[in-house]
Amino acid sequence: MRPFKYTEGKDETSAVRAVVVNRESKFLAGGTNLIDLMKEYVERPNELVDVSQLPLAQIKNTSNGISIGALAKNGATANHPLVRQNYPLLSMAILAGASGQLRNMATNGGNLMQRTRCQYFYDIAMPCNKREPGTGCGALEGINRIHAIFGWSDKCVATYPGDMANALYALDAVVRVKGANGQERTIPIQDFHRLPGNEPQKDNNLEHGELIIGIDLPKNNFANKSYYLKVRDRASYAFALVSVAAALETDGSNIRQARVVLGSVAHKPWRSGEAEKALVGKPATDATFNAAAEAALKEAKPLAHNGYKVELGKRAIVLALQRAMNGGAE
Amino acid sequence: MAKFIGKPVDRVDGRLKVTGQAKYAAEYTHKNMAYAFPVLSKIASGEVAAIDAAEAEKAPGVLTVLTHKNALRLQPIDVDQSIKTGSLLGELLLPLQDTKIFYANQYIACIVAETYEQARYAALLVKVKYKETKPAIDLEKEPKVDSTSPRAKQVIVGTPVEAFNSAPVKIEQVYKVATENHHPMEPHSLIAAWEGEKLTVYNATQGVHSSRHLLAQTFNVPKENVRVIASFIGGAFGTKAMFWATEPLAGMAARVTKRPVKIVLTRPMMQHCTGNRGATRQSVYLGATRDGKLVSRRHITETCVARLDDRRTEYLELAGGNTSSTYACPNIEITHKVALLNVNSPTPMRAPGEAPGLFALESAMDELAFELKIDPVQLRLINYGEANPINKLPYSSKHLKECYEQGAAKFGWSLRKSEPRQTRDGEWLVGYGMATALYPGYRSPSAARVRVNSDGTVSVQTAAHDLGTGTYTIVAQTAAEFLGVPVNKIKVALADTDLPQSTLAGGSRTAATVIPNIQAACEALRKKLFELATKNNSSVFSGKNIADVELRDGGLFLKSDTNKGETFETILKAAKIDSVEECVTVNPEGQKSNEPCFVSEIPAEQNADTKKWDFHSFGAQFVEVGVNEQIGIVRVRRVLSYHDCGRIMNKKTARSQAFGGVIFGIGMALTEESHYDPRSARFVTRNLADYHVPVNADVPEIEVYFTNQPDYKNNPLGARGVGEIVATGVAPAIANAIFNATGKRIREAPITPDKFL
Repeated sequence: MRPFKYTEGKDETSAVRAVVVNRESKFLAGGTNLIDLMKEYVERPNELVDVSQLPLAQIKNTSNGISIGALAKNGATANHPLVRQNYPLLSMAILAGASGQLRNMATNGGNLMQRTRCQYFYDIAMPCNKREPGTGCGALEGINRIHAIFGWSDKCVATYPGDMANALYALDAVVRVKGANGQERTIPIQDFHRLPGNEPQKDNNLEHGELIIGIDLPKNNFANKSYYLKVRDRASYAFALVSVAAALETDGSNIRQARVVLGSVAHKPWRSGEAEKALVGKPATDATFNAAAEAALKEAKPLAHNGYKVELGKRAIVLALQRAMNGGAE
Repeated sequence: MAKFIGKPVDRVDGRLKVTGQAKYAAEYTHKNMAYAFPVLSKIASGEVAAIDAAEAEKAPGVLTVLTHKNALRLQPIDVDQSIKTGSLLGELLLPLQDTKIFYANQYIACIVAETYEQARYAALLVKVKYKETKPAIDLEKEPKVDSTSPRAKQVIVGTPVEAFNSAPVKIEQVYKVATENHHPMEPHSLIAAWEGEKLTVYNATQGVHSSRHLLAQTFNVPKENVRVIASFIGGAFGTKAMFWATEPLAGMAARVTKRPVKIVLTRPMMQHCTGNRGATRQSVYLGATRDGKLVSRRHITETCVARLDDRRTEYLELAGGNTSSTYACPNIEITHKVALLNVNSPTPMRAPGEAPGLFALESAMDELAFELKIDPVQLRLINYGEANPINKLPYSSKHLKECYEQGAAKFGWSLRKSEPRQTRDGEWLVGYGMATALYPGYRSPSAARVRVNSDGTVSVQTAAHDLGTGTYTIVAQTAAEFLGVPVNKIKVALADTDLPQSTLAGGSRTAATVIPNIQAACEALRKKLFELATKNNSSVFSGKNIADVELRDGGLFLKSDTNKGETFETILKAAKIDSVEECVTVNPEGQKSNEPCFVSEIPAEQNADTKKWDFHSFGAQFVEVGVNEQIGIVRVRRVLSYHDCGRIMNKKTARSQAFGGVIFGIGMALTEESHYDPRSARFVTRNLADYHVPVNADVPEIEVYFTNQPDYKNNPLGARGVGEIVATGVAPAIANAIFNATGKRIREAPITPDKFL
C-alpha cells in the first residue's frame, strides 16, 4: 500500500473541495472495496478524504417515492421498511451480495463505485488498461470466464460486478451528486456507469471530486412482481456469473410495464430494452418470457470462455420473470 | 477400561482458542523484531536480467533489500540425505541463490523493514528486468513423460488390456479434477531469530523436525542448533508439510539484519508459493461381467510436476495409487504420466491421490452400475475385497460392509430411483448418489515424555502436531486413561523440536502414531512409580509386584484392594523428588526412530507389520442433491458419512473432522478451482473471492457414523487416522447424485453452473 494522507471530511463542501484540489485523492466511505484494492496496489491514492461521518445516511419518503442516503449502509438499506415494502427488488439485490459483515460496512454510494472483479485488474503483474491505460487487456485473450458478453471493447472486457445497481437500473433510480462548485446535479442511473470504449479506466461518468450524496427512487407498481436472481459458483458470498433484476406490472394477464436488467455481463448493468419491448403488451406467459430472453441475448458477443453466459442469461431471465410473476417465490 | 478414550471430551485447547490465547506462529513478538516481505517474479520462466533496488532501499524503514546479488549463500539441500532421513522435501529451490525463474511469483528479492507495511510498500519499488522464455503450463498440450518418482511406478497385475478388451461390459471414460489450493485460514507464517549460531523459528508447519532438519542443512549448522515451534496451527491440509522457500528466506533475513524477522504470506502468495493439488486427467477403463464382477481395471492418470523439482523426489498427484485397493479385481493397470510445468511444486493436499482418484473411479463405478442395472451399493458389495488386489496382503481390519449396509439403511437408500429424473421438488430435480471412501492406515515411529508432578499434575510432551484436528485432546485423554488422572490435570505440549521427536502431521497418521506411544510411556511410568514406591519402603506395596498395582485417582493403588495405595504426591515426597518422568519410543515393525529414548517393544502382531497386513481405512458416502437444471445450480441437501477408521479416540473431534472432510469434498465437487492464465502461467484465482471454498450456505446437514472397530493389528489401542478418508468419496457421490437427479453425467470437477449448459 502506498503511504497516504488521511483527511477527515467535516462537511460535504469541504470534503468535496479536499478531493477536487488533489488529483490523487479519493473519498473513503465504508472502504470495503477501496482498502482491499489499495492493499493490492491497484488503487494508489495519496490521500483519503473520509466522508463516512457526514449526515447522509437517511432513508425517507419523498413526494415521488423515496430517497436513500449515499452513506446508508447496504444492510440497513436492504432491511429498511420503506425499501422492503415498496422496492423489494432492491432488498433482494443487496442481500444477494457480499456477506452480512460487508453489508454492514459498505455504503450505497460506495456500492455504485465498486470496481470490477476482473482478475487481471487485480493482479498488478498482469496487463490491464483499466488499471494502467495502455498496457493492454489481459482478459481479452486470457481466462475470461467471468467477463463481458455485451458492450466490451478491445481495450477492456471487464464487468461491473455488483448487485445493488442492477436493481437500481430496473427501478429508474436517480443519483444525486455534489460537485466542485458546490452545486448538486442528478444523474439518471442508466447514465451513471459507462461502457469501456477507449477509456476503460473510467468506470462511470462522475467528475473527479464529485460526491454521491443520495439515490432517489420514483414510485412504481413493481413491488409485488419483481425478482432478483443471481447465478453464481457457490450458494453465497460469490460474485454473479449472471444475474437478472426483473420487474413486471400487469394489467389483468397482460404486461403493462417491464424491466429486465442483466448483471455481470457488461461494464455496466445491462438493461435490455429489447427484452422489455418483447414483454410489454404481451400476456405474461412462458412463451413471452422465452421471446424476451431470446431478444435480450440476441446481440451478445461472448469471448472464449464465457459462451455459457448467453444460454445462462436466457434461462436466468425466464426464471426471474417466472418468479417475479409468482410474487418472488420459487 | 475406557474411562476417557473414545468419549466426546471437549477440546482441551478449545477455551484457549476461542479466547485468543492460543498463540499461532505470527502472534509471537520479539523485541526489536523486523518484518520481511518478498518481491515476486512477474514471469514464470526465464531469468532475472537486472534488478534495481535503489528506490526500495531508500524507502522509509527499510533495513535491507535482499536479492540474488547480496543474498546469503545457502547450502543446497542434499536430496539423498533428506530421502534417507525421511524429511519430506518441498520445492528444492533455495531463495535468491541465482537468477533462474521456474514459476510465477517465485521469490526474487526480499525487503526487510521496521514494519510490515513499510516492507510491503518497499517491495513495490523494486524494479526488475526479465529475460523471459515461454512457460509450459497447459497440462493437455504439453508432452507427458513417465514419472520418475518411485511412488509412481507403473503397476500391472495380470493382463489388464486383454481382460478389458474381452470384457462383456465396458466403461471407458476420462475424468478431470481441477487444480486446487489448500488455503488454510492461517497463512504460512514464521518468525526466525538467531542467537549466535542458534536459530529459533516459530513456524506454521506440519513437521517441526523436518523443518529443523532442512533449515539446519540450509544454514549449515548442526540440527541441535535449530529449534522449531508450531504449538498451534490454523489448518494446513498438506501445504504446511513441505519445506518452502519462505523458511530459509526468513532465516536469511534474520541472519543478515541480525534481528528477529517475521514473515507472513498474503493470500495471493498462498495461492502461488505454497503448493497445490495438481490437476488430473484420468482415463478409467472398467471391464466387468454381466453380473457385475470386475475383470479389469485400468487407471491412467496424467498430471503435472514442477519443472524445478529434482526428478527423484518430484511430487505428483497419485490418483491411481491407493485407489487400487478399493475393489477386488484380477487384472489391474495403474499408470501415471506427468507434464513438466512452470508451476510451484504440487504438494499433498488432504487425501492426495485418493480424493481425485476416487472421483474418477467411483464415477466410473456408478456408470458401470447404471449400465448393468445393478444398484450402486450392490455393485460395490459384489466386488468387495478382503485383501489388497496388488500386494495380495489381507486387510488388517475391514468393516466396510457395515458402512455400505448400515449407511444405506440410515440414509434411506432404498428409496432411490434407479432411473434418473424421477424425483422432483418444485424447480429442483432430486437425486441420490454414493461412493466408497478410502485412505491408508499409516503409522510412524514416535517418542513421548510423560511426567508426573508432585502436585498431581501430569505433563505429556511429544513433537507431534495439532492442526486444529484434536491431537492435544486425544493425547490428554490417553494419558488420563492410563495414568488414572482427570483430563484437566494433564498438560500437553506438542510440536516443538525440544520435545521428543514424533511424526510429521501428514497421511492421517498422528493418532495411530502417538496414541500407542503415550500408552507405552504411561505404562513405563507405572513401573517407575512402583519401583520408587517400593524402594522407599512403602508398606502398602510390600510383597507386591508390578502386576498387582494400577494407576488411578492420582496415585498408585493395589488392584486387589481399592483403598490401598499411595498418591503421586506421597510417593514423590518419600523419594524426595518433585517429579518422575519417562521418555519412551515406539517403533512400528520395520521402522526406526531417530530419537534415543527408551524403546518400548510392542508385540509384532500389534505393531503395524506392513509385511503381513495391508492397512486401510474405508467408508461410504451417501449424498442427496437438488439440481436446478435451468440455471445449473446444485445444492447438496444432505450427506451421510459412514467410516471404518479403527477405534475412534474422541467421538466429538472425529465427528468434527468428518464435517470438515465432507465440506472439503463439496469444494472439490462443486466450487474449488484454480485457473492459470495460459500465457503468463500466473494463477488468475488469487484470493478467496476468486477461489471458492464452500460457504455455510453450501453445506447441508451432515450425519456421521463410525464403525469404531479397533484395528489391533495396527497398534494396541486400534486407532487409525480420520483426517483424510473423510474427505474422499464425497465428490463422486455428489456427481453420481447429480446423474441420478438429471441423467447428466458430468466428468469434470468442480461441477459449476456453466457445465450444465
